[in-house]
Amino acid sequence: MGLKHIVGIASVLTLATAPALAAEPIKIGFVTTLTTGAAVIGKDQQNAVNLAIEHMGGKMGGRDVKVIFGDDEFNPQKGKQKTEKLVKRDKVDIVAGYIWSHVLMASAKTVLDSGKILISANAGPSALAGKRCNKNFFNISWQNDQTTMAMGEVLNRRGIKTLYIIAPNYAAGKNMVSGVERTFKGKIVGKDMTKWPTQIDWAAEFTKVKSVNPDAVFTFYPGKHGGAFIKQYQQAGLSGRVPLYSAYTIDSIGLPKMQKAGLKGVLGTYMTQQWAPDMKNAQNQRFVADFKAKYGTYPSFYASQAYDSMFFIKSAVDAVGGNISDTDGMRAALEKADFPSVRGKLSMGKNHFPVQNFYLRKVEKDADGVWTTKIKDVVLANHVDPYAKDCKM
Amino acid sequence: MDFALLAEQTLNGIQLGILLFLLAAGLTLVFGIMDFVNLAHGSFYMLGAFLFATFFNWTGSFVLGILLGLPATLLLGMVTEIVCLRTLYQRDHLDQVLATFGLILFFNQLVQVVWPLDGVAVPMPAYLDGAVNIGLGIDYPVYRIMIILSGLAVALGLYFVVVHTRLGMLIRAGASNRTMAGALGVDIKLLFSCVFGLGAALAGLAGMLITPIISATSGMGEQILVLALVVIVIGGIGSIRGAFVAAIIAGLIDTLGRSFLDVVLLVVLPPNAAEAAGPALSSMMIYILMAGVLFFRPQGLFPPIRRS
Repeated sequence: MGLKHIVGIASVLTLATAPALAAEPIKIGFVTTLTTGAAVIGKDQQNAVNLAIEHMGGKMGGRDVKVIFGDDEFNPQKGKQKTEKLVKRDKVDIVAGYIWSHVLMASAKTVLDSGKILISANAGPSALAGKRCNKNFFNISWQNDQTTMAMGEVLNRRGIKTLYIIAPNYAAGKNMVSGVERTFKGKIVGKDMTKWPTQIDWAAEFTKVKSVNPDAVFTFYPGKHGGAFIKQYQQAGLSGRVPLYSAYTIDSIGLPKMQKAGLKGVLGTYMTQQWAPDMKNAQNQRFVADFKAKYGTYPSFYASQAYDSMFFIKSAVDAVGGNISDTDGMRAALEKADFPSVRGKLSMGKNHFPVQNFYLRKVEKDADGVWTTKIKDVVLANHVDPYAKDCKM
Repeated sequence: MDFALLAEQTLNGIQLGILLFLLAAGLTLVFGIMDFVNLAHGSFYMLGAFLFATFFNWTGSFVLGILLGLPATLLLGMVTEIVCLRTLYQRDHLDQVLATFGLILFFNQLVQVVWPLDGVAVPMPAYLDGAVNIGLGIDYPVYRIMIILSGLAVALGLYFVVVHTRLGMLIRAGASNRTMAGALGVDIKLLFSCVFGLGAALAGLAGMLITPIISATSGMGEQILVLALVVIVIGGIGSIRGAFVAAIIAGLIDTLGRSFLDVVLLVVLPPNAAEAAGPALSSMMIYILMAGVLFFRPQGLFPPIRRS
């Protein structure tokens, strides 16, 4: 009897103090990789998220923000488990993050079935951009094919006639390769899809490259694989002999290590990307300067997108005045993409993937002699991904 | 598909096989002689890599890195055996799997605490960098030749130790009949510690040799441990000779599969199907081989002779 009364009083009190509830922090779940060899990417994202929250004074829509990080352990099953924990146990208001396409594909349903909004800060698998697009799913990075479609264009412009492709055999690897194949007009003289993530020695593939002797090699190996790939490319005597073009292989996480190890073969190589640390807009200059001051290195593109994702969410929470349960209002605001991006202006396509520029980047030394990447050219302007047309939304 | 390409890919396959052998030799000894399932064997591969990278970066010498790294890994192996594993010999295999799986998690976290999150890289020593012409117009990387030669030297050394020394005799006696060897006055406890340490050092050596190519990272052991397990199953558990032959076969099948399977499939399949099936099939090849061996010769290719 007594207990029932107390519960009753407590619930009345809760109702009476509803405005006080608004002072409850907004909870954002952020899934990334915080253990295994890929943890260094997750740390970079985590740092960027924390910096973004700091830059916005810890508040969105007048309410405090609490970010709960989930570690996917670079494993789709674990990623799904962590997503379930965030949605069901921590009861987060919104879920963001996801480096890996296969982890996102395994986890998306959990978030979307709960009616919550899901924002990918890196992975952009074709399925979620096309046939399986969802009103509550947003991507704030890119669709996997786009960066390499830009790469195909670059190869055409640079007169490459024969191309050899080496990439990992998983969702993102296949998308990246299909992107190049969409736009590259020359002949693909060899293609190796390697076992992901276990294969980390490319002796057999490089031997084939040498025997075919193509005009260029294109590759995609994110994380520590990228560093190992570049290293072995140089060791195999291919640097300087066959020009290397890459996507998501050389980043600000790997470059300091390559510089330390003296892998000069990476200098002067080209890649395509939607962002670079040297982009000149106020948001980016503040982000890069403060990131370097606080963490000692250039932010990676993973970090730039994680940083953007927080301001993207903030624009929606601000628009609904902190009432985050107003999912329709949030969605309408996200579709406008009215936030200061480190990439300058971008807009949201109808499949909830960004419509944005893709640039040619080159690995060079900065004023202090630190290896970094600099933008050379716009390859694709206001580009819409090729799967958007399959999205019925 | 010309002859030079085939020859070079064969060398690549042998080089992978040599690394697998170094790993499998210790695993098969521990499994065969001590009847102990050690999933944490890959951890010594990783620890060897990290210790070597640290010593290398500290002394600036590749050779000193190996010379310091080997006894350090040996010692770590023996300490692990004495502290954690000794009490598990009488337990069943499932308990051993559980305990050594726990060790994998422990060691993976440990290296993340001690060393940087993204691992440790070492430069390729200048005198091992570059490639030499080995005939047929093949320029083969010096470092990979060094891996093959040092692996062969270790295999020969191991053969000599096992067949021609007192320690080897004790090891063989332990493998044939543990109880009888103990009854004849062999200090089985000490013998097991030595065997375990030796196995750890061999795995560590494999880790050291691969580090200038791929860098030392947390979790690198599990990726190759699976292959090493396949090798000892194919070779026959407890047999060093079997481990050697099976490792070379596995290395060759994996490498040649990756190199030529897509070309071969093009003969029988349309291009699109061949392109999709090639990578999938080539990564399955050695498991298919293992399934075949298990079906036709469940004891492995070269099972040790048991007297019990």
